[in-house]
Amino acid sequence: MEYSVIMSGFGGQGVLMMGEFLAHCGMKTGLNVTWMPSYGVEMRGGTANCTVILSEDSIGAPITGSPKAVIAMSEPALNKFGPKLQQDGLLLVNSSLISCELPDSGNGLSRINVPTVDLARASGDEKMANIVMLGAFIASSKLFDPAVAAEEIESFLPPHKSGLALGINKALLKGQDYINNGSCA
Amino acid sequence: MSDKLLLKGNVALAMGAIDAGCRYYFGYPITPQNEIPEYLSAELPAVGGVFVQAESELASINMVLGAAAAGKITMTSSSGPGISLMQEGLSYLAGSELPALIVNIARSGPGLGGIAATQGDYGQATRGGGHGDYRLIVLAPNSVQEMYDLAGEAIRLAFSYRNPAMILADAILGQMKEPVLINPAKTPDPEAPWALNGAKNRAPRLVKSLYLKDGEMTVHNWKMHEKYNLLKKNDTRVEVDCPSNCALAVIAFGSAGRIVKTAVSRARKRGLPVGLVRPITLFPFPEQAVAEAAGKSGRTLVIELNTGQMVDDVRLACSGNSEVYFKGYPGGTIPTPEEIEAEICMIFEKGGQRVCRL
Repeated sequence: MEYSVIMSGFGGQGVLMMGEFLAHCGMKTGLNVTWMPSYGVEMRGGTANCTVILSEDSIGAPITGSPKAVIAMSEPALNKFGPKLQQDGLLLVNSSLISCELPDSGNGLSRINVPTVDLARASGDEKMANIVMLGAFIASSKLFDPAVAAEEIESFLPPHKSGLALGINKALLKGQDYINNGSCA
Repeated sequence: MSDKLLLKGNVALAMGAIDAGCRYYFGYPITPQNEIPEYLSAELPAVGGVFVQAESELASINMVLGAAAAGKITMTSSSGPGISLMQEGLSYLAGSELPALIVNIARSGPGLGGIAATQGDYGQATRGGGHGDYRLIVLAPNSVQEMYDLAGEAIRLAFSYRNPAMILADAILGQMKEPVLINPAKTPDPEAPWALNGAKNRAPRLVKSLYLKDGEMTVHNWKMHEKYNLLKKNDTRVEVDCPSNCALAVIAFGSAGRIVKTAVSRARKRGLPVGLVRPITLFPFPEQAVAEAAGKSGRTLVIELNTGQMVDDVRLACSGNSEVYFKGYPGGTIPTPEEIEAEICMIFEKGGQRVCRL
């Protein structure tokens, strides 16, 4: 089993951090993982993306032309990576920012709209939109037990950011609840 | 629960160098390798080492030469443009038979080029790069774990052969993160009976690369040549994964080798008998392994992130015993495994053995 996900959005939305946290959790559950950031002259307001691959076997390429899942935090991200999804792939869309349909949807993929900013605000911190999305992804991809993410927040955060742990936990739960208690699909 | 750390390739390499005993770093910043000096600037002083951000690459490599002459484990790191500036110093290190670790996290070129990953420095790395008749020991990691492991291996080889060793990686390997098992076991400092460390109570020593007496330089050149032969015989590294009915050996190193690995496994799922040969030492080049795989398969496909450099070494190793196909991706273009798989399929179509549709 090899699971590939491309996460993409504007620089500053936290997509690289989202991917790192996912890779960290995967590693902690004993999976092989790779985290490959888009590499260029990234800056706030520009575009940013990363590819995370998780597998029980050793991983070859850290990139893919046909991801199993795409997380689109911005419209350009949706347009760029949405069409690359595998046939039965999983598409998570940040509906707080994106209203358009996937240009070439179909192929049995499942699209889930996640109003990340509203949910983050409800969790207590608007800036946790990326974490809400990660929580939604972990719950919908069923890659590993969502409890792992909550358990590994501490081991993931550098000491000077440990104060964020509580907020991250709340935002993760918010994203998971949104998927489990079904809002829209 | 795993004890591994999720590390960037650049950081893993810096940790590997420290864990192998390196205590002297001299360098000048350049993208995409800046995490190496960033990490070492904090961690080397913490273990009693020395970190110097020099005023230039020229200064850096000559500081490395000084520390190496004193018998210390020393290193520098840079990317293409900076490595070019260091070539004079590399030639002097090789001529003086001094060990040092040189890291090239390659970016696209020529000139200032771009900051994306490339393998365009293969020729510069494997042919010596500077003036004179010498070679560097060149190791090409393909994972973050190998960035850590081969940093130590390069230092060990540099000391046992008294020759500068280079790690040739690129922006993909430098920037990606993977779980790494670190092994900070203390290895004893390598012996350096040639080191210039003060001649009190012993005969003076001389470290030099100038040989003016009649015939002296010739003797030195042949001595170095013998050393390279020994290196070839004892320390050539390669990963070979060819099925017994292999009909195409795909050859790639470093990051391209990773992408090819996935492409090969996809092609095998289609029933195509495809093998993979990944040189780990680029100098010495694994001629024998390449010749065997190519001879057995009758066909090879070389994939590089350049317009064709290692393919020359493959052709030399094959000596006409195999068809050699080449596909290059220069300038920062990174192929997906699906694209490489398509190239593999195309060769089988051409060969008329099998037609596969993508």
